[in-house]
Amino acid sequence: MRLERRAHVPLGLVVAAPVAAIVAALALAAGLIAAAGVNPLTAYGEMLRGALGSRLAITEMLTRATPLILTGLAAAVAFRARLWNIGGEGQFYMGALITAWAGHSLGLPGPLGIAVLMVLGMAAGAVMLAGPAFLRLRFGVDEVVTTLLLNFIVILFVGLMIEGPLRDPLAFGWPSSVPVDGDYRLPDLVPRTRLHIGLLFAIAAAGAVWLVLARTVFGAEARAAGFNPRAASFAGISLPRTLMGVALLSGGLAGLAGAVEVMGVTASVTTTMSPGFGYAGIVVAMLAALHPAGVVAAAVFVATVFVGADAMSRATGVPSFIADVIVALSLLTMLVALLFTTYRVRQ
Amino acid sequence: MIEALEILTSASLWAAVLRIATPLIFGVLGALICERSGVLNLGIEGIMTMGAMVGWLTVYLGADLWTGLAMAAAAGAMMGLLHALLTVPLGLSQHVSGLGITLFASALAYYLYRLIVVVGESPPTIVPFRPLDLGPLSDLPFLGPVFFSQSAPTYVALLAVVVMGYVLARTPLGLAIRMTGENPHAVEAQGVNPIAIRIGAVMAGSALMGVGGAFLTTAAFNSFFPEMVQGRGWICIALVVFASWRPYKALLGALLFAFFDAYQLRLQTVVEGVPYQLFLMAPYVLSIVALILVARRAEVPAALMTPYRRGER
Repeated sequence: MRLERRAHVPLGLVVAAPVAAIVAALALAAGLIAAAGVNPLTAYGEMLRGALGSRLAITEMLTRATPLILTGLAAAVAFRARLWNIGGEGQFYMGALITAWAGHSLGLPGPLGIAVLMVLGMAAGAVMLAGPAFLRLRFGVDEVVTTLLLNFIVILFVGLMIEGPLRDPLAFGWPSSVPVDGDYRLPDLVPRTRLHIGLLFAIAAAGAVWLVLARTVFGAEARAAGFNPRAASFAGISLPRTLMGVALLSGGLAGLAGAVEVMGVTASVTTTMSPGFGYAGIVVAMLAALHPAGVVAAAVFVATVFVGADAMSRATGVPSFIADVIVALSLLTMLVALLFTTYRVRQ
Repeated sequence: MIEALEILTSASLWAAVLRIATPLIFGVLGALICERSGVLNLGIEGIMTMGAMVGWLTVYLGADLWTGLAMAAAAGAMMGLLHALLTVPLGLSQHVSGLGITLFASALAYYLYRLIVVVGESPPTIVPFRPLDLGPLSDLPFLGPVFFSQSAPTYVALLAVVVMGYVLARTPLGLAIRMTGENPHAVEAQGVNPIAIRIGAVMAGSALMGVGGAFLTTAAFNSFFPEMVQGRGWICIALVVFASWRPYKALLGALLFAFFDAYQLRLQTVVEGVPYQLFLMAPYVLSIVALILVARRAEVPAALMTPYRRGER
């Protein structure tokens, strides 16, 4: 028995892979739910109800999906070019922090200010990844380790800023940063819910990334750089320039996620504002097989699991950590499923 | 300023260095043996979390401390087996699989902990490893508290460095592991199965990572709580590069890192007006600086991250 690379991957298989992966992950997690003494079907039913069962639930789920789309895009863009950006979490926080800081006292009219803040958030995220990308290109330092370590450095830096220069003197309890000006809060998409127009920005970003990757020279170069760096380099593609471009785009998207989350949901920055959006973005990107359109669907799935698990936990007593287990399992099962889309088994 | 220097002469600082280094020594040895066989194991952070939980839980449920460490090793090896199956026979991306293992192992550890343990106001505790009392040796000035009053797992960690140094450099098994990381085809030609070597090395390395995690909950602290590994696994991945994939240099790296960590903790109490976060950042920043310094000279195992497929070049 041996594996043979497929020359062409049928569309049916592309869609079937993540579905099969998710079903397998849910089946595996069912054992753990049963161990908690709860019927897995009941639990999954509660989960669906908690995430999709009412108008409010759906808006909460989509609110959660918004940053996940952007961090998922960040990971997808980077992984396509084999740039292992595991620093989405840190880039998210830097984007959020600069947005809160600049947005607190920016003297610009609303819509223009929002645009400026988004650009600033992207710039902050991009800079955070440009550093590790530079270290890889210049000194050959593995970006996996540097981006991972930067996550810890950034979260400490955020703590430093919100307990120091950016501390909100009006906030009670846990330290939090000054809030963005009311003019820069993103308008609600659905009235009287937390869902904001950031969702549309995220979907637009997915479309833009898809266009860039599929229809521009840069996109083709980035793909070539990931697929076969030596051949790409031989074909006259400048690897340093391409990888740096990928890094700026990827870091920018994760930074944008932070900016949008601050303007749309939290208004100010705390060290617990992200329940792992950066790390979950990696799962989103993999479930999407690194395709921008798939990222939107995968983010909705991951958000459904997270939001649904909270409700399910309240109803059944199964620890809500089951959400993290399901999401992590679906990453591993997707990895196996991808094997069958890229290869076929030959006798 | 004088006070900052005085810390350096205190026995408690140097005793803390060995204590803080212990989980790192286990972790870095684990990561090292995986990578020497050609497999990057980014599951380390999650495997250490799993080891921390399993080691603690075993003791909490009534077993003795050594059984706790053994169970942590077994749990680590199981996670390692999963990583090995995905990356060695299936040849999947070692980066993505490792991250998946980290996410999965830590989520599973938290889930099982919440399921089995009733957590009240504060997390329940166990009686952890005590510092050994080696009689007159432990009473020696300075040397006593630093070298002869550590808890037992610290000595196991130091012994593990010697054993790994010997096995890797001087035994046929070590040669097979190193060769698998350099040129698996040559190993196959020698009649040794490189796939089996890699699976075995990843399981053994992951068991060490599990023990490293368990040290946190059975010796350094006495309870388990989320996020307690705090990037120690990632530090170990950096230390392996810093150590050029050599056990004794890995020990040196772990000790250096632990020294900075112990020193910054004590410096916080002496230096006024500097936010404590800057001190906490220092070890992470230094790890990155160390990587930059050694990266150019790094002797990376040639077949690291290259999946081995029989009959394929």
